[in-house]
Amino acid sequence: MSGPAEGRDPQGVGRFDVPQQPPAPDAEPARRNGHRPTAQVAPTPTPTPADEVDTAATDEPVATDTGDASTPGGTPPAVADRPGDHWDRKVANGLAFLRRRLAGDYEVDEFGFDSELTDAVFHPLLRLLYRDWFRTEVSGVEHVPVDGPALVVGNHSGTVALDALILSAALHDKHPAHRYLRLLGADLVFRMPVVSELARKTGGTVACNPDAERLLGGGDLVGVFPEGFKGIGKLYADRYKLQRFGRGGFVSAALRTGTPIVPVAIVGGEEIYPMLADIKPLARLLKLPYFPVTPTFPWLGPLGMVPLPSKWLIEFCPPIPTAHLTDSADDPLVVFNLADQVRETIQQTVHTLLERRPDPFGP
Amino acid sequence: MTPGGTSGAPGVVVVTGVGRYLGAHVAARLAADPRIERVIGVDAPDSGTEFTDLLDRVERIRVDNDSLGGLLADLDVDAVVHLALVSSPDPQHGGRSAMKDQNVIGTMHLLAACQRAPRLRKIVVRSSTAAYGVSFRDPAVFTEETEPREVPRGGFGRDILDLEGYVRGFRRRRSDVTATVLRFAPFIGSTADTTLTRYFAQPFVPTVFGRDPRLQFLHFDDALEVLHRSIVEDHPGTYNVAGPGVLSLSQAIRRAGRVAVPVLEPGLSGAAALARTMGFGRYGLDQVDLFVHGRVVDTSRLEQEYGFTPRSTAKAFEDFIRAHQGGVVVTRGQLAVAEQLVLDGIRQVRSAVQERPS
Repeated sequence: MSGPAEGRDPQGVGRFDVPQQPPAPDAEPARRNGHRPTAQVAPTPTPTPADEVDTAATDEPVATDTGDASTPGGTPPAVADRPGDHWDRKVANGLAFLRRRLAGDYEVDEFGFDSELTDAVFHPLLRLLYRDWFRTEVSGVEHVPVDGPALVVGNHSGTVALDALILSAALHDKHPAHRYLRLLGADLVFRMPVVSELARKTGGTVACNPDAERLLGGGDLVGVFPEGFKGIGKLYADRYKLQRFGRGGFVSAALRTGTPIVPVAIVGGEEIYPMLADIKPLARLLKLPYFPVTPTFPWLGPLGMVPLPSKWLIEFCPPIPTAHLTDSADDPLVVFNLADQVRETIQQTVHTLLERRPDPFGP
Repeated sequence: MTPGGTSGAPGVVVVTGVGRYLGAHVAARLAADPRIERVIGVDAPDSGTEFTDLLDRVERIRVDNDSLGGLLADLDVDAVVHLALVSSPDPQHGGRSAMKDQNVIGTMHLLAACQRAPRLRKIVVRSSTAAYGVSFRDPAVFTEETEPREVPRGGFGRDILDLEGYVRGFRRRRSDVTATVLRFAPFIGSTADTTLTRYFAQPFVPTVFGRDPRLQFLHFDDALEVLHRSIVEDHPGTYNVAGPGVLSLSQAIRRAGRVAVPVLEPGLSGAAALARTMGFGRYGLDQVDLFVHGRVVDTSRLEQEYGFTPRSTAKAFEDFIRAHQGGVVVTRGQLAVAEQLVLDGIRQVRSAVQERPS
């Protein structure tokens, strides 16, 4: 901290004296951190007789040459005061974030999506998971439109719906426009306290046609997993076999809004919690769609919740346009045919991806 | 064509519920409008005298529900504004049964009277966004067409469903009458005193654990504006009336500088039931359900038809905060100071640590 103060000595200013008026425009330009004569570091920063808060506030411009040159002394140190100091900026940003959260200074959209919280908390956590734990490779991002609505339809797997979260985080990071994927979740998700709010804050909403059409109508990217619980609750023996696509409600939502459908194949989700058995009576007792038994759960208790580090591959397929079928949104034949086409595309892409990944736990 | 006033404005207007905050303000505002000849405020015989100074230009009549029929016919009424709704049971005035009497039976009597009023051509009914009920399968945003998926647990929600049913019946029988149903979001504002404003005025605010509902508010002045326009203009149909935008409950509590106290949901429902039977507090299952599910409505139909956009939920709430600074626990200034202190502390520690080795 006193290094730059030493650097100022040639100008004849005291070490902790802060000029009360801004320097002349032709004063020596701000020196970057690298130019400090670090050899002349003083032993310890001796605080001025002023009280603690003032010391801290006035100390800062002395410590940073840029702050000195651009702002008059005494102004509270801004984040930009230390252009070279990465950690200082991080700390200041973090504290500002915390203050904004505590004061309620953020925006939530009508679905409850909190983009600030998603960017600052949820996506960094998911990034660790998909990048470092699952070593996810993403291809075909160019098939996801840069703007305007699209319906991303994927295969569901993995006992808990982790694949949906991984897909949304990976898509946000890899897509050139960094778009958010608005996930549609089963109503069970919204019945559970805490989970429901996490889902809403990360941009999810209940899987129903009014919400899907509202999001698509607003030009959002919507993610849906038509297999639902049949997909995530299937046994390990049935891995990568796509389940029935239900009534194809997602297709009619796309047709009604003329939105292209982007099928996406996700490989790797099936191995994270290989479900060996399903204890149906227990599931009925707990009002869950299934009660999983995996090699680690429930035997290892909370430790059984750690997903196995499988290798993940995600591939977005070319979009299927629906703009010419807007009138057929209620035609079951069109809806089922389109749903089948989407399902087939995903199933085949899953098979190709599996061939590219001989070892589920490979590098 | 219009026997009373001109250009759509009715000549004789009856306002129910003038003994209450909303009714009194609407009646006073109508009385101040020169286009309207006569404003008659109707209220129950035992209603209070709180708003008499506001109502000096309004003719007040205190009648029972039963004698309303003859009255409306005698008065040659052109328009009726029905605002006499009770949103939460008041233990001092008969509790839930009196509330139901007022909301359901009162509305039935009024609509029956309206049906027999020959000159009537406009009726405006206050409803609530509680008409959408609560369910975990609900869409995130309700449009006027959304049907409730489950009958609400709370008394007010059920009353609203009944009330709207009667209005539908009235529309069928008197298709010549312009019927406007306004589904209001909870009122808030600097002066309004409602269950919700009392809730947010406390320093420590109970919330439901694990739930952060999305809320919408309507500024009281905007509610008056919409009601006024409904009477002097013609807007048949049902409209959501709410401030655009959304505040989550936690966000609202933080903006108000209050502290949230999460309570487990069964505990809160139990406490609400207990409080009601013991006769204190006005929180009921309606409030608990609102704080579990939240409620957001689409207001584009209102904006198109009325050419009026209420101030946003965030702005309306800001106005409320400004008027209720008393219970603030944490202020923005304190947070900013704390942020600066911590930042400076970390900077000092870091600089001390960095300099030690050399």
